[in-house]
Amino acid sequence: MSANILKVENATMQFGGVVAVDNLNLEVNEGEIVALIGPNGAGKTTAFNMITGVYQPTNGAVWFQEKKIVENHPQGKMEKLYKGEHAGDYTHVLAPTPDHITKLGMARTFQNIRLWKSQSVFENVLIAMHCRTHTNFLAASLRLNRKEEQDQWERVAKLLDTVGLYDVKDELATSLPYGKQRRLEIARALATEPKLLLLDEPAAGMNPQETNELTAFIGRIRKDFGLTVFLIEHHMDLVMDISDRIYVLDFGKLIAQGTPEEIQNNKRVIDAYLGVAEDA
Amino acid sequence: MIQQKSKKGAVAALIACTALLAVIVLLENVSVFLPASSVPNLLKPTSQLFAVLKKGAVYSLAAVSMNLLNGFTGLFSLGQAGFMLLGAYTYAILSVPVADREAVYYLYGGSAVNFSFQDMFGSIFGTQGVGGAVSMGLGVVVAMILAGCVAAVFAYLIGLPVLRLKSDYLAIATLGFAEIIKAVFQWQALGPVTNGANMIKSFPTFSSFNITDASGTVILRLSTFFPFLVSMICIAMICLLINSTYGRAFKAIREDETAAEAMGINLAKHKMLSFCTSAFFAGVSGAMFAMFVTNAHAKVYTTTMTYEILLIVVIGGIGSISGSVMATFLYVACSEWWLRFLDSEVVLSNGMKLPFLRAGFRMVVFSVVIMIVVLFFRRGIMGDKELPDLFKKRIRKEGAK
Amino acid sequence: MEFAISVLISGISVGGQYALIAIGYTMVYGILRLINFAHGDVFMVAGLLGIYLSASMPLYLSMPLVLLLTVVLGFCIERVAYKPLRSAPRMSVMISAIGVSYLIQNTATYITGGQPMTYPVIPFLSDTVKIAGTSTKWVTILTPFLVLVLVLALTQLIHHTKAGMAMRAVAKDFETAQLMGIRINTIISITFVIGSALAAIGSMLYFTNFQAITPTAGALPGLRAFVAAVVGGIGSIPGAVVGAFIIGICENVIKSTEFTVFSDAGTFALLILILVLKPTGLFGEKVTDKV
Repeated sequence: MSANILKVENATMQFGGVVAVDNLNLEVNEGEIVALIGPNGAGKTTAFNMITGVYQPTNGAVWFQEKKIVENHPQGKMEKLYKGEHAGDYTHVLAPTPDHITKLGMARTFQNIRLWKSQSVFENVLIAMHCRTHTNFLAASLRLNRKEEQDQWERVAKLLDTVGLYDVKDELATSLPYGKQRRLEIARALATEPKLLLLDEPAAGMNPQETNELTAFIGRIRKDFGLTVFLIEHHMDLVMDISDRIYVLDFGKLIAQGTPEEIQNNKRVIDAYLGVAEDA
Repeated sequence: MIQQKSKKGAVAALIACTALLAVIVLLENVSVFLPASSVPNLLKPTSQLFAVLKKGAVYSLAAVSMNLLNGFTGLFSLGQAGFMLLGAYTYAILSVPVADREAVYYLYGGSAVNFSFQDMFGSIFGTQGVGGAVSMGLGVVVAMILAGCVAAVFAYLIGLPVLRLKSDYLAIATLGFAEIIKAVFQWQALGPVTNGANMIKSFPTFSSFNITDASGTVILRLSTFFPFLVSMICIAMICLLINSTYGRAFKAIREDETAAEAMGINLAKHKMLSFCTSAFFAGVSGAMFAMFVTNAHAKVYTTTMTYEILLIVVIGGIGSISGSVMATFLYVACSEWWLRFLDSEVVLSNGMKLPFLRAGFRMVVFSVVIMIVVLFFRRGIMGDKELPDLFKKRIRKEGAK
Repeated sequence: MEFAISVLISGISVGGQYALIAIGYTMVYGILRLINFAHGDVFMVAGLLGIYLSASMPLYLSMPLVLLLTVVLGFCIERVAYKPLRSAPRMSVMISAIGVSYLIQNTATYITGGQPMTYPVIPFLSDTVKIAGTSTKWVTILTPFLVLVLVLALTQLIHHTKAGMAMRAVAKDFETAQLMGIRINTIISITFVIGSALAAIGSMLYFTNFQAITPTAGALPGLRAFVAAVVGGIGSIPGAVVGAFIIGICENVIKSTEFTVFSDAGTFALLILILVLKPTGLFGEKVTDKV
């Protein structure tokens, strides 16, 4: 088995007295497509935010490519309030900002589309390449980086071509139909040259046909870009179709993990989604 | 294949700028070349026109640098006057000729800084004739660059704590910083450097760039040309910056910080870059402002000045460089020139006085005009478009026909 | 000791006057997210009105009239300059506020000729009183109590009346409040009316102490009151009051030392310090950006 690219270790996220994610442990191996599913409010997006540095976990650690990138332990007011486990296991604080994590090779999309609204499709992708530029501020301002710039422009064009957005490259990002905006968000994430792509409900609000297209699309970019994909999704067709493994969260806790078949037949998962009959 | 923005545009802009500069030089030299009697009042060196042009050039740089921060990076900062003050004082302190220092700092028995760039270059190139001109010019330019640098350094120091603040809190913190700077520069204890609450003067001003012959008669006026040249170069640099990869990152921060950060743009670093760059150019414009008013006086750089520049930026259109520049000239011309007549009482031939016209009425009318512009041009005169965009659109429309 | 007491008393008194202005800033901000730059000028106009009106009529008539006219002014400013921009970008409204401030100052300069005017002496308030060995005006003693009463009344209004409830709803979520059938224009007008009324009362107290009124006399107290509102956490009324007292005392303490020139710089330094420690002020709500 190939080495894991992402490992979340005993991660707990607590807001005040509310434990949003409780002692989460998961691994994503290189080249896999792994899905994180669960009912609304289960803490999936919070888990994503912990991994990408938007939130700092209250306790626990995140490893990326065998290197610890995030670590925290309850401090200050949290020390008394903390309700999770493994309180004493972590002693360091490692809190990189999201941009730092992106530069390590992890890119994400957002549940509620967050494109740069008044920029064109082309610019949206071009801006995302900024984090890979080597030119310094002064040289870039004085246009001493023509070659790099030209190179970036060509790469954006190629990328847009790959994702099928080249013909709308000059449109305003927000003027695109919903499905294409989602696709643009993925293209934008790809522009940061990630090894691991995190997709937060990429099919939200899509009709079945668009969802099918997206399923094929994710499969294709994984191959083309040699990616590992970790995604949150509610469309079970999509999830069961493309995932190698699935993790299920409910009320912040991991309740099941395994292959799609295993998950489909897991009683706890079915209960979590359909609810348990109190008295029939 | 995708091409970057064509070089044609750059060439066109360059030609336009050169042409504008040539027109300026011509305009201000009409009075030199033609006999005094045939020069219309408008083109006399004392005409309001040139004052407006000079002030417009100075303010447009200030406005564009503020637009870089407020319009392009989305950081609502009100520290502009503070940075201009820093620039003005740095320039003034480094430019007063050593010989004049005793007189300027008479309250403090001379200046603590016994050095000026003009003298330094003077000792290399000589102080007379062409050598004198070169050393004066170099001295001014070097002092202006340093003025920008000092403003940028202060921006860095203040930016470290305050750039974490959000929108209005950032605005009030930077405004507070400007007030603090103003108070510090008026402090008696710093008198030997800043001349306390008094003004610093006797440094080279715009009129020092007029070329005179041995007898002192002006043979070529460049006093309006110089601020235009400097502002143009600076604004061109800001334009280049905005269209560079860093400028695009600024815009991403403006539109969605979270997304920008998730796409690998370091917020702290880029905000700081924008803040310092804006302060640098504000400092340069401050130095020019000192040259324009021929003195550096801390109490001029009030919050009102910042509001004025903010007003210009918004009227021009947040996020539009050409809008800022056009709004500046309109604003300055309107406030200083076109409405002047409202300030003087007019007695009609039958002895009746026109109502309302007396000192102060100009500003009342001017503020009403501003209110009207603000209420009816919500997105400013240019929105976030640039001048060339308008032409492009027209061409496209015609092409469609 | 006496000196310290007198500094403290005048600090609290000035703080109270700032509080009355600061409430206007903070309430408007709470509802419209607008820094109402014209508020300090409304305060100045209230002072000028006091001068002009009491020149032609007795105080017991002129002072209520000042209150009324200031309220009308505040109301009109909102209707003319802010209401048409309800859907415009936030910056436009702010610029409109700056424009109004500009207009008021310039009109005042035009009418008064830019000369400082002297505020009338209000009997009793201007009488001197000896307290703890230092003599001061009655207004100084009365201000904090008056402020306290007014603020209590205001909190009652906000927490126990229908209009107050609507105000809180609008402050929480503008659009939802609108959808729930709250007439936001009325609520916003009420906010401006209350703010202007408090500013008018503030001007009576403030200018009894500092009698010279120039067209820019509102700018500095306005700015300080605004700083106070930010220190307290803009949008929060108790915050504004606490902030105002802090700013007032801080200003007077600095003024009593040899660093008088730094009295404003000192308050701003305090402001920056507080913001660095608590980025949304003492009582401000934390804004979290949902990802």
